[in-house]
Amino acid sequence: MKILLVDDSATMRRIQKTQLNNLGIKDIVEAENGDDALDKLYSNMPVDVILMDWNMPVMDGMTCLKKVRENASYKNVKIVMCTSESEKNKVIEAIKAGANNYIVKPFAPEALKEKLGL
Amino acid sequence: MDVTYINPFIRATVETFKTMLNLDLATGTPMLKKDARHSYDISGVIGLSGEAQGIISISFPKVMALKIVSTLLGEEIKIVGSELTDGIGELANIIAGNTKQYLTQFKLSISLPNVVVGSGHRIEVQTGVPTIIVPLKSSLGEFAMEVALKTR
Repeated sequence: MKILLVDDSATMRRIQKTQLNNLGIKDIVEAENGDDALDKLYSNMPVDVILMDWNMPVMDGMTCLKKVRENASYKNVKIVMCTSESEKNKVIEAIKAGANNYIVKPFAPEALKEKLGL
Repeated sequence: MDVTYINPFIRATVETFKTMLNLDLATGTPMLKKDARHSYDISGVIGLSGEAQGIISISFPKVMALKIVSTLLGEEIKIVGSELTDGIGELANIIAGNTKQYLTQFKLSISLPNVVVGSGHRIEVQTGVPTIIVPLKSSLGEFAMEVALKTR
């Protein structure tokens, strides 16, 4: 499984990368905002899952999610929003925009495993 | 500011520290803050906007902040640098984001984190908006959370 990990916080990327490594996932590409993610997605296909933060500078996760879903080439890429945005209306907004799943920070490693369908 | 609005911030802070750091927090009595200056070395600050406006900040002594981010990263951080500020900013971001689910009536949006470093630094809030400070204690040391929220 190849994962594109998108978060503006280097700390959060390191935490999530360690959790993914512990789940046996080693093929991880990192991006620090939505714009960076679109570049990395284009040059690293096939990507299986995007773990996407919401609040980021340059391009936020919701904008990036919509752009990915506009492109039929990426229709099989699973997108899991991984954010501190905790309200139900945010979850609904993300799912309507094409996210496959949603996980609220902070989360335990078991929750990440479940959201990835492992 | 209705002081009962402080409780969701406390709840989110306690939950975040437990989940991310496996730390139990003891909560002191919330107090009205009299001066923008305080005795901590580093603060993570998030702006709040929507049908209420203000800030939430978490402030630490340097030694405790280093221990916290070292725990988050799983490796020892010894200097005040980008790793430390990023870690403290992300903690503040997660606490603010989690608080929103308990204050949905305000339709809050949160800013990207700002981190202030320096002994005796000041966090200024809008004139006339009281700041509530909550002392917090853990096995890694004592720190504080501050909330200033202007409601209509």
